[in-house]
Amino acid sequence: MAPVSKRRAIKRLEKAPTGIKGLDELTRGGLPRGRPTLVCGGPGSGKTLLGLEFIVRGAAELGEPGVIFTFEETGEELAKNVAALGFDLDKLVAEKKLVVEFISIDRSEIEETGEYNLDGLFVRLAYAIDSVGAKRVLLDTPEALFGGLSNTAILRGELRRLFRWLKERGTTVVITGEQGAAGSLTRQGLEEFVSDCVISLDVRLDHHVATRMLRVVKYRGSSHAPDEYPFIIGEHGLSIMPISSLGLDHDAPAERVSSGNAGLDEMLSGEGYFRGSTVLVSGSSGTGKTSIAAHLVASACKRGERCMYFAFEESPAQLMRNMRSIGVDLGPYVKKGLLRIVAARPSLFGLEMHLVSSYRAIEEFDPSIVVIDPITDFVALGSAYEVRSMMTRLVDHLKGRGITGLMTSLSNSHTARAEEDVGISSLIDTWIVLQMIEVAGERNRGISVLKSRGMPHSRQIREFTMGKQGMRLVQAYRGPQGFLSGSAREAQQALDEPLPASGGRR
Amino acid sequence: MATRKRAAARRTADDLLDFWQLRLYVAGKTARSEAALRNLKTVCEEHLQGRYRIEVVDLLVSPQLARGDQILAVPTLVRQLPPPVKKIIGDLSNSERVLVGLDLRPIVLKGAL
Repeated sequence: MAPVSKRRAIKRLEKAPTGIKGLDELTRGGLPRGRPTLVCGGPGSGKTLLGLEFIVRGAAELGEPGVIFTFEETGEELAKNVAALGFDLDKLVAEKKLVVEFISIDRSEIEETGEYNLDGLFVRLAYAIDSVGAKRVLLDTPEALFGGLSNTAILRGELRRLFRWLKERGTTVVITGEQGAAGSLTRQGLEEFVSDCVISLDVRLDHHVATRMLRVVKYRGSSHAPDEYPFIIGEHGLSIMPISSLGLDHDAPAERVSSGNAGLDEMLSGEGYFRGSTVLVSGSSGTGKTSIAAHLVASACKRGERCMYFAFEESPAQLMRNMRSIGVDLGPYVKKGLLRIVAARPSLFGLEMHLVSSYRAIEEFDPSIVVIDPITDFVALGSAYEVRSMMTRLVDHLKGRGITGLMTSLSNSHTARAEEDVGISSLIDTWIVLQMIEVAGERNRGISVLKSRGMPHSRQIREFTMGKQGMRLVQAYRGPQGFLSGSAREAQQALDEPLPASGGRR
Repeated sequence: MATRKRAAARRTADDLLDFWQLRLYVAGKTARSEAALRNLKTVCEEHLQGRYRIEVVDLLVSPQLARGDQILAVPTLVRQLPPPVKKIIGDLSNSERVLVGLDLRPIVLKGAL
């Protein structure tokens, strides 16, 4: 038994969880334990915060005391940063979970003559580490030494020695580094000393909207997610869009969720959507997409389920008023806290920002049903590829949590379907198409189920009406020429129906 | 009485400016730290005879002292008195630079007062 586990220990790289949302998934468990990790990025990209969060969460939540050596910030700035994460720096220090040291190096008061080494720094680090039994160390950023000392040859040699020494001591170290000129990760080439794990942070400005991105550039001896991921710096530190559900391994519950409309349920083999499935409702403007969404939400709230409604075109008040006109009153559910309506113009944030903030909102509210109305507004925010990638991740996230998702999509004409532009049809389990049927000078609403995975569904186009009592599907009516709607249907119905006077049957 | 007090105060101030309190930080007894101490003693004997005190701090023995003077490199020589604090890092092999670093110009200082 013992030799087996020993072999495993050698094979597998041990990892130190960061406690940062999403980062542990991205790195498949955390940063390499007992090794240095370089976090690099431009000014204001969040390097220091990432490092701080790693240390502070380690000390406060994961039982791994830490040491912070800061070369640039003052105590006040640092305490503020830590407070922003929701932790009390002084308390952690008092509890002997954390040591903070400020390294200041002022070239004006230092004269250099002859050979020297950085044993002073080593001694201080060793002393700090030993005083709390630290497992984690943050060096933010040793590059500042280059500003204070002029002999770069000595410095480079000493930094190399420092990282080797820290590695020998088995401490998990985060080193931050300012992004260098094109091509290099850091100004002073710190990456050449730290070869185990490199994380790069970036702030990208796109259409005047700033998006923070994180990428694991390198992770020696471990697999990691290679792409760039958006992250936000929120109230509780960093939050990176998780990718845990990329494996298509979510459950497929057999439970059904009523669509909130008996007629529509009937079209979906009598019981409605699958729980945890993703529903797309598409149609041109005024076909009733929002109404279908509202029916689902209202019936779920009635059962006491929590629902979240992302409204990108209407304000909550407007949405509630409009839905009241078709007999769906959402107001009481909002009051009860069962329904949360999140209304925002999509252009307010970047695409990635949207993704992360909605992910966060979902996480906090923990709904069983999420409505996104409409997804087409995202198309304006990024390229088709970006939108598709965002939708994929959002759908994955919903499925991973077993949330039933309903999205509406505005198609501009009868032929070109916007959802095909967005290219997400393969993500959708149930696709409901709403359309206007123009016959004989009138427009009638038609509803059909284009697809619904895993259930026999109706293939008819059904007519439906909206009234004070809500949505009502009219019994499918087929004339000799096929589907009939509106007055044509009524005419055919009148023709087909036996005359009351005859009383007999045909 | 008041005059005497003031005179005494001035005397101590003069004494302070005229007295070099130096602290040499090292990490263990290495060839480099020995050389630094030797070089320092030579410079002091030559320029500050009788007006200096050297204190050697071995950081391997008292690591907690490194924090106060912001020591990173060793050897580091810190001029604690007269103010302002000055630091010279290295083995002090270049006595010219040591003199510059220590601001060793007592005559100019006295003349200025």
